[in-house]
Amino acid sequence: MWKRRSSSELQVIDHYQNRMKARHENMKEGERDFNKDKESLVKPVREIVVPGDLLDSGKLKPGDGTYLSNGKIYASQLGIKSIKSNFVNVIPLGGPYIPSPGDSVIGKIVDIGPSNWLVDINSPYPAPLHVTEVPWKVEFGDTARYLNIGDTILAKVLLVDETKRVQVTMKEQGLRKLQGGQIIDISHSKVPRVIGKGGSMIQMIKSYTNCRIFVGQNGRIWLDGDIENIVYAIRAIKMIEEGAQTLRLTERVKEYLESMTRSGLNGKQQ
Amino acid sequence: MRLIDENGLRIDGRKVDELRPIRIEAGVLKRADGSAYVEWGKNKVIAAVYGPRECHPRHLQDPSKALVQCRYNMIAFSVMERKRPGPDRRSVEISKIIAEALEYVIFTEYFPRTSIDVYIEILQANAGTRCAGLTAASVALADAGVPMKDLVPAVAVGKVDNQVVLDLTKEEDNHGQADLPMAIIPRTGEVLLMQMDGHMTVEEFNKAIDLGYKACEKIYQLQKDALRRRYAVEEIETFEEAQHPQTAMEE
Repeated sequence: MWKRRSSSELQVIDHYQNRMKARHENMKEGERDFNKDKESLVKPVREIVVPGDLLDSGKLKPGDGTYLSNGKIYASQLGIKSIKSNFVNVIPLGGPYIPSPGDSVIGKIVDIGPSNWLVDINSPYPAPLHVTEVPWKVEFGDTARYLNIGDTILAKVLLVDETKRVQVTMKEQGLRKLQGGQIIDISHSKVPRVIGKGGSMIQMIKSYTNCRIFVGQNGRIWLDGDIENIVYAIRAIKMIEEGAQTLRLTERVKEYLESMTRSGLNGKQQ
Repeated sequence: MRLIDENGLRIDGRKVDELRPIRIEAGVLKRADGSAYVEWGKNKVIAAVYGPRECHPRHLQDPSKALVQCRYNMIAFSVMERKRPGPDRRSVEISKIIAEALEYVIFTEYFPRTSIDVYIEILQANAGTRCAGLTAASVALADAGVPMKDLVPAVAVGKVDNQVVLDLTKEEDNHGQADLPMAIIPRTGEVLLMQMDGHMTVEEFNKAIDLGYKACEKIYQLQKDALRRRYAVEEIETFEEAQHPQTAMEE
């Protein structure tokens, strides 16, 4: 469905289409590696939709960021249209983080009660952490000895009910209090891009910078390691956040990290 | 005072069914979750959206849906004669009707116990600020990623020199016979806001509504363009960077 578009958007589409066309022609001539180009040809143009845009009026089912009205599917959020296994989704470009059970999140302790802590998980809802949900045996009223205000923890969302009452837990392997390191915030909608397919992106950043990194589903990222390397890792992550919808992102990030870590090493030798 | 000359042109040279020039820009404030700036003739309006966020004071929380709060505020220097700062009868009323109009399009049930706060600041006023404010606010909401049914375009129609005209200016509003601000959902044609000051016959009223609907379609398109432009521009830039990765890397 081609609707009326702004000139700037048309420019983008022209850009992509010309490129695709060029690729197609090249392919016909057999000048390029076939497999390399196949992927980019299959990828559709990323279409930005705004609330109220018609997404589909026929066979597809409404997914995230959409709503159904008179049998037609409309976008309910500003984002990018994507079709996956018969569902139309809108991948949001922003919006708050809404917790769902099973999410790994990075939280900050904001309040202490006699039998629970209140954790800020970067969402509109406060998340209590009960003493029965921590890996230590805590006496009543002794909560501050284990976690104090300002501490950061790696936690998991235990349950979320209809009125969005949230509970988090630390009773699982790998969940713990985070000591040292730095925390940065990114938009939670960019988290999948930072992690990459099967963790490829984050693995790459880790191996180039030698940092220990945790990415919370809520858009908080914890990094620990050599201070210079942390700076490079943060820059790489910011790069991913800003260019999340662009082509060739992984390669660009790789090139950046390669050049930065190399020049960083050279700097030390001098 | 003659507001429409013998050629059917108004004081500022527009035809009776012509809008003032409108410019909309999304995402102008860095610290807000979503924002928009609207220049509508001589009106200058900025809107900011915060939330959905934890609702304070606590007793206002609704366990079934989000609360939409709005503050419409005219800055002291927005009009010729200094306006006494602070909320007055008029701005409280406008805040209320804008909040109610927006509440209807937002999927409030997705965010129980939260509040979505909309702040509309009128930097310069020249009639039709509630419409400009609502237009800006809906773009700001979309920019904040708030799920909603549709964008909300708004426009004022009225009666001046015994003629039905679109988008009144300050002179036409002050010396005209009627003023009718309206906001609709373009997809369904539902009315979200309608007020009337002055008198019109039924025929005139119907004609005014038709004029308003047509104008809202145009404003709706401008709103969409503003939102798309905000993200499309980024894409062009990063796209070009992708073609020249070396130059992009040098800071």
